[in-house]
Amino acid sequence: MKLVSRDLEKDGAGQVTLVPEESEDMWHAYNLVRAGDSLRSTTVRKVTTESSTGSSSSNRVRTMLTISVEVVDFDVQACVLRVKGRNIQENQYVKMGAYHTLDLELNRKFTLAKQLWDVIDLERIEMACDIAQTADVAAVVMQEGLALICLVTPSMTMVRAKIEHNIPRKRKGSCSQHDKSLLRFYDAVMQAILRHINFDVVKCVLVASPGFVKDQFCEYMFQEAVKLETKVLLENKPKFLQVHSSSGHKHALKEVLSNPAVTARLADTKAAGEVKALDAFYTMLQNEPDRAFYGINQVETANAAMAVETLLISDQLFRSQKIAERQRYVALVESVRENGGDVKIFSSLHVSGEQLTLLTGVAAILRFPMPDIEDIDNDSSSDED
Amino acid sequence: MSRHRNVRGMDYGEDYEGYDDVYGHSVEDDYGVSPSTAEQFIFQRSLQHHQLASFLEEGEEDLKREEEADLARRDSERSLSDPTNFQKPQLSDIEEAQLQSCLEEVRNVVGETVPERTMIEMAVTHHFNFEKTLNALLDQQESSAGNNNNMETQRGLGATAQPPKKQPSPGRTKRPLPAAAAAVASADDPAVASIAPEVAKLSMPSKGARKGFVLGPVPLPSEIGDKRRKSAVGKSGLRGDFLDGMTDGNMKSESRGKLPTVMSAPDLTVMAGSSAVLPGALASTRRESKTSKAGTIDISKEYSKRQEGKQLINLVVIGHVDAGKSTLMGHLLYLLGQVNQRQMHKYEQESKKQGKASFAYAWVLDETGEERQRGITMDVGLTNFETPNRTVTLLDAPGHKDFIPNMITGAAQADVAILVVDATRGEFETGFDSGGQTREHALLVRSLGVTQLAVAINKLDTVGWSEERFNEIVGKLGQFLKQAGFKESDVQYIPCSGLTGENLKDKAKEPALTKWYNGPSLVDTIDGLKSPKRPIHKAYRQCVSDVFKGMGAGISIAGKIESGGVQVGDRVVIMPTAEHGQVRGIYIHEEETKWACAGDHATVVVTGIDQGNIGVGSVMCSVDHPIPVASRFRARVIMFNLDVPVTKGFPVLLHYQTVSEPAIICKLISTLHKSTGEVLQKRPKCLTKQSNAIIDIETSRPVCLELYKDFKDLGRFMLRYSGSTIGAGVVTEIKR
Repeated sequence: MKLVSRDLEKDGAGQVTLVPEESEDMWHAYNLVRAGDSLRSTTVRKVTTESSTGSSSSNRVRTMLTISVEVVDFDVQACVLRVKGRNIQENQYVKMGAYHTLDLELNRKFTLAKQLWDVIDLERIEMACDIAQTADVAAVVMQEGLALICLVTPSMTMVRAKIEHNIPRKRKGSCSQHDKSLLRFYDAVMQAILRHINFDVVKCVLVASPGFVKDQFCEYMFQEAVKLETKVLLENKPKFLQVHSSSGHKHALKEVLSNPAVTARLADTKAAGEVKALDAFYTMLQNEPDRAFYGINQVETANAAMAVETLLISDQLFRSQKIAERQRYVALVESVRENGGDVKIFSSLHVSGEQLTLLTGVAAILRFPMPDIEDIDNDSSSDED
Repeated sequence: MSRHRNVRGMDYGEDYEGYDDVYGHSVEDDYGVSPSTAEQFIFQRSLQHHQLASFLEEGEEDLKREEEADLARRDSERSLSDPTNFQKPQLSDIEEAQLQSCLEEVRNVVGETVPERTMIEMAVTHHFNFEKTLNALLDQQESSAGNNNNMETQRGLGATAQPPKKQPSPGRTKRPLPAAAAAVASADDPAVASIAPEVAKLSMPSKGARKGFVLGPVPLPSEIGDKRRKSAVGKSGLRGDFLDGMTDGNMKSESRGKLPTVMSAPDLTVMAGSSAVLPGALASTRRESKTSKAGTIDISKEYSKRQEGKQLINLVVIGHVDAGKSTLMGHLLYLLGQVNQRQMHKYEQESKKQGKASFAYAWVLDETGEERQRGITMDVGLTNFETPNRTVTLLDAPGHKDFIPNMITGAAQADVAILVVDATRGEFETGFDSGGQTREHALLVRSLGVTQLAVAINKLDTVGWSEERFNEIVGKLGQFLKQAGFKESDVQYIPCSGLTGENLKDKAKEPALTKWYNGPSLVDTIDGLKSPKRPIHKAYRQCVSDVFKGMGAGISIAGKIESGGVQVGDRVVIMPTAEHGQVRGIYIHEEETKWACAGDHATVVVTGIDQGNIGVGSVMCSVDHPIPVASRFRARVIMFNLDVPVTKGFPVLLHYQTVSEPAIICKLISTLHKSTGEVLQKRPKCLTKQSNAIIDIETSRPVCLELYKDFKDLGRFMLRYSGSTIGAGVVTEIKR
């Protein structure tokens, strides 16, 4: 993301002009744009004109529109952000108040104006504009008969392909069907890798599986690559890294990212950092349950006592449509920071973020045990459902 | 240019001849029509002929009526207005209903072979009692058809199958046979007396429980019929499908030594009274009709028969990696004669070539190239053997940590287990102490419902058959197994060596061992393991552990039948995708059978399903009682040793029977007291090790589940997280 201009008032209102450069920037934009903001961008609109004789003609015109945002919609697979709202700046084609849906496009600048830019938003912009953080990793998590091809970017994990094959078991006296369908499965995975992984961008391909599936697969893939002279695979052979995982399902990616061999190779990507933080939380919960809490009420209580050492919070909470709710979380983050605590904002697209989101979205490791929080826990959370 | 010249010099007359050739006949002739299609769609006079003839004799009115039989069945008005002079007796509403149901039953057996009029008359005279009516009808036919048949037999070898005057009941012996079959039958006739006992004898030894035939005098004619039927099977294509089914049914019943026990007492007397009737044949006809109504009756009887013979047990072999599970079982199979000498020699040579001579026995069970190359079992190896008193389905589970999902699949299908431990110094300790699979495996099989355990203390030869070592291991294991919930009386310890074969089949001979050990050998121990009670009276459930394309039509689905039974011809539904199909064949231990029931490891060939829609983890069920499908359920779980506590939102792998599905613990309801079960804490923050709790679990895709209270074996599941088993549970409530 490129920051073109930034124009903020003292009270936090103002506007920012950004140019998204890669698909991940759309995710950042999704986290920035909320209902009530106004968004200005170039777009294509079908305009119907009526001539003096009464015949009407319609044509598509590219025009600049400013809308007041009502609905924000993000397509994870295609990385497209659609923003729907009413026009608030009349121009020659579009009347005031007319509905329009802006599709934010790559490399087209957009201007976002808000009544209040809070610290989370500003951080998000900063993070999005930080080039150093772009480290793309592809991961193939597999087990016999199941493979997932994922793309791991600093703030997203996208499942690009899921390959599921039925592999007959070995049977007494015959395992030819097993072997044959296993090869067919490997071939399908290899094709998916070629189709979905862009080796120009990806710095590393992790192949993870339990047992020997990964070894077998890599062996097969490079043999085939030699046979078929698939240059792209042969050239990028050093990028492949075999890692152990306990299964071929998506959440095994968490194990992969916390593997020391991987973290060494990937430097410190955000994804790996998040996994580490969540692991630390669980370890604390195991060893000193009074120093680890989750749930907004409990964490807020702990924060009031200035006890929060590390705050883990899912970015999903900041996308809340209710302004008051969002402000509550923003206040929590600011307050923890003020008290010298560490705040980790998890991307809800990562596996670890997904888990945190299910764990109420907010968790904290405390500096000192607070056993009495547990009691509040039961009273306050019972009204949640 | 040469081609042009050809054109000029072409003889057009010739061409037109060809034209005539092409267009002169109908198009169908160009296509090959399969015999079965032809049978279904193409009218063949020869097929219909005898039926028409039989009706002609009774007059044209009857023929007409037969054609309308279908309509008439639904519309009794119509049969009243039938052009015959037959008037249906005046009946009250209730009687009318009784009549209809009785007629339906009768039709199930005799089909369209008896005129409706006769049926109704018979039904009325016998007060709508189905069995009596049927008997009477069949008696009547028997006498007429019997004459017919005698004539045929007399005609001898060259006789062409003459269409009989009246078609006899399909299940009966005296069916018109195709020429060849008739010939065989007639050839058999003189030898009847000698053949009949022979048949009885022949079918006796195979399954052990053949006491049926001994009861009463062997009905000779039925035996001839049996022979004939057997010889006619190959040619049965001439008859309709319906008849075919019946023939098979009969053959099945006879070959399995089915008794005419389905009959009620009065019927037996009727039978005894009528000399012309063949008790065996009639009974089987009758049984067939019952089977179509309630298959379970049949299967439970067959099952109880089989129980009198060798009991079936499903045995899983577990233990730490490299404890020698596959070698032990491979050697055992070899000693029991399941692997022939030549094969074994081949394995020995090949394994030597790879520099793994000690793996030769393991190769019996590890068949994929990968497994042999690496020298470890990866997937469950399935085979079977027999001991003096047991038929054993052997599941050889992998011991490596990464293949525990496969091991669970195997263990879920087992009734009893052999835990193999390595007695070598240091090896037992690594396998047993934290990080080894000995503990985890034992806990898993216990949680999966295995109660009897044989512990094979393997590789004792490496420690010089030391008694102290044996006792040391027994002591350590005993304590742990008791904690894990095994009764002391259900656990046995056997010293042995998989590589040398000591104390496997025969009692120990090694002096160093016999000095202090005088117990049973491994085979003897297996022989003493008890088979659990099988829920054969419950609805049919078979967990799919393998799907593959077998020979011929249909898709082969393998797995253990958890409850109920299945037989050829049954309609089944495969959940969770609700694929409907029909059973075409059943194989148990690679032998074809007609039925299978709970406990069997059966491969069922099913037609009419899409292979893409079923996979490992699907459950095959009866159409009437499909298994519930759920994506969220409540469960009572017990946590094992956890590295990290379980909170809500915790991602786990749910292992349930053969399926492994990612799931999320979405709610912690309460923690319970371990023994009393009272609620300790509502909505706990997290679950720590050894805790007992009620939780809600949501799977990413719907899975088939049964409540624990309904189906014990199908209500159990395991939870795993990042390579270790974190808990086991039972399903208490299905949410959605």
